[in-house]
Amino acid sequence: MNDYVVEAKSVEKTLGRGAGEVHALRGVDLALRRGELTLLMGPSGSGKTTLLLVLGCMLTPSSGSVTVCGTPTADADKEALARIRREHVGFVFQSYHLFPTLTATQNVQLALDIRGEHGGRAAQKSRDALAMVGLEQKVDSLPGGLSGGEQQRVAIARALVANPSVVLADEPTGALDGKNGQSIMRILADTAHERERAVLVVTHDPRVVPYADRIVEIEDGLIVQERTDRPRMPTAVPFRA
Amino acid sequence: MSLVLTLASRNLFHDRLRFVATMVGIVFSVVLVMIQMGLFLGFGRMVTTMIDHASADLWILPKGAKCFEDPSLLDVKLRDRVATMEGVSWAVPLVIGFSDWRLESGEVTPVFIVSADLRDSSLQPFNVVDGNVQALTRGANVAVDRSYFDRLGVSGVGSTAEIRGRKVRVVAVTDGIRSFATTPYVFVDLKNARNYTGTPRDRASSVLVRLKSDADREKALSAIRAEAGDAEVLTSDDFRSRSRSFWLFGTGAGAALFAGALLGVIVGTVIVAQTLYSSTKDHLNEFATLRAMGSSNAYIYTVIIYQALINAVIGFAIAAGIGSIVVQMTAKSALPIVITPWLMAALFALTVVMCVASGIGAIIRVVRIDPATVFMR
Repeated sequence: MNDYVVEAKSVEKTLGRGAGEVHALRGVDLALRRGELTLLMGPSGSGKTTLLLVLGCMLTPSSGSVTVCGTPTADADKEALARIRREHVGFVFQSYHLFPTLTATQNVQLALDIRGEHGGRAAQKSRDALAMVGLEQKVDSLPGGLSGGEQQRVAIARALVANPSVVLADEPTGALDGKNGQSIMRILADTAHERERAVLVVTHDPRVVPYADRIVEIEDGLIVQERTDRPRMPTAVPFRA
Repeated sequence: MSLVLTLASRNLFHDRLRFVATMVGIVFSVVLVMIQMGLFLGFGRMVTTMIDHASADLWILPKGAKCFEDPSLLDVKLRDRVATMEGVSWAVPLVIGFSDWRLESGEVTPVFIVSADLRDSSLQPFNVVDGNVQALTRGANVAVDRSYFDRLGVSGVGSTAEIRGRKVRVVAVTDGIRSFATTPYVFVDLKNARNYTGTPRDRASSVLVRLKSDADREKALSAIRAEAGDAEVLTSDDFRSRSRSFWLFGTGAGAALFAGALLGVIVGTVIVAQTLYSSTKDHLNEFATLRAMGSSNAYIYTVIIYQALINAVIGFAIAAGIGSIVVQMTAKSALPIVITPWLMAALFALTVVMCVASGIGAIIRVVRIDPATVFMR
């Protein structure tokens, strides 16, 4: 038994067919472990998002293997992949993807509702998750009444409320100003360190580097560098608006 | 309220214009079906009004007679033979037929003569609101329905007119005995009925038979059938069914009503399907987010089905309100729309089925969602 929550071995992924065929991943080995915040960095088209989708069970690898909490994804159908995501993975999206007609609490509660947790207890857990990200005063607000940073914190609360083993964040600070970006990264780092979750952040943003325990660089579908010698958070490379 | 229901209702009410369009579609559809089926029921009741109000157990009819208004005749001697049979309480000849009613103004209008039997009460005017039915046995007296006063040029008891050149006087007035063919029923005694319709003394339109309460009904029916020869012997229920079947399906009226109802269902389904599909399309990103979060397809289908059910419940409630107004408005018309609790229940079930079926297109669209799209936006 190891600490790895997600393990990818020799993962290849080909997208498209014929003339449009693209080898997005060409033999990637990557493991995410509990208590660690990993940054996945690389230029556009390097395969970052494809790797995130494969690790997050949205895509199955063309070859190689991925296991999430010990469950292999290779032969899983769409519903089985959805079940793995539901049970083990929390997602944070760049564009938040909150439901505009639901309150902050209801948005968070959705993550419990799809897992079969309903009613007052689910609502209370959702409010607690919002309090954890500093939004106890905004529990009844609609997303339209929240700032970008607040919306992203709601999205993080939604990703965390069901206690997933791994949190995958796609450019979580991409649409935020410096202060909000810093706040979001601090929450994600706390999630990794204090809540003992595996956190993977896909980013272009060099300002998030101080929050990382490990930095993985990908280029042309291959991991070209992995390092842990990043500057320490919180303020070595401060966020600025 | 469960979260999935909340999400479904917010999805629906978020775009009010589309919601209103959906409601218009459902209400139009349900009201159309309701009216068509209400007319069907009303028509079905109206064509059997006389049979329903006759106290006969059996009807002896000329062979092939299709309905109460059928002009065929049979030999009236059959009545005498049947009246003395075992188990028979009474047998009464009935004469019906069209005639001409001349108003005091000289205008002529067709009427439908019905011979009233006051001795054995086999068939006589019902819902009498004025006058004395017993007076029909004396002279040239008639009973008419007050809904036809204008048509017949009378104002109540004591008014006079002419039938086939013979002066008649109104001695009784009924309420609600309306003919679906809009030709007024005029009740007269048997002798006058023959005169007004030109029916020979040895003929009758039918013979109404009442069995004794202790009679062996099957045995009596078999015996009367054997005695009737070419004539047909039907129970009241059988005659009712035959009449309905003739007027509703033999004439094409029922098919037309059903076609209208089917059109309503199709229009409603298409409108709801379109609006539900476009609503789902507008919320695809949200459904993709749910899918990305790991929701099962069943969870997403539930949201769409709930949307369909909310549409159905609200749309049906509005349609039912409109339907009840239409029922009240047509209650006194020639062809009242009849809405029974069973029809309401069936219409609600139809509305639910229609709305849920309309969600299939949306569900098919959702099935194809790629959750990875949320990372592209």
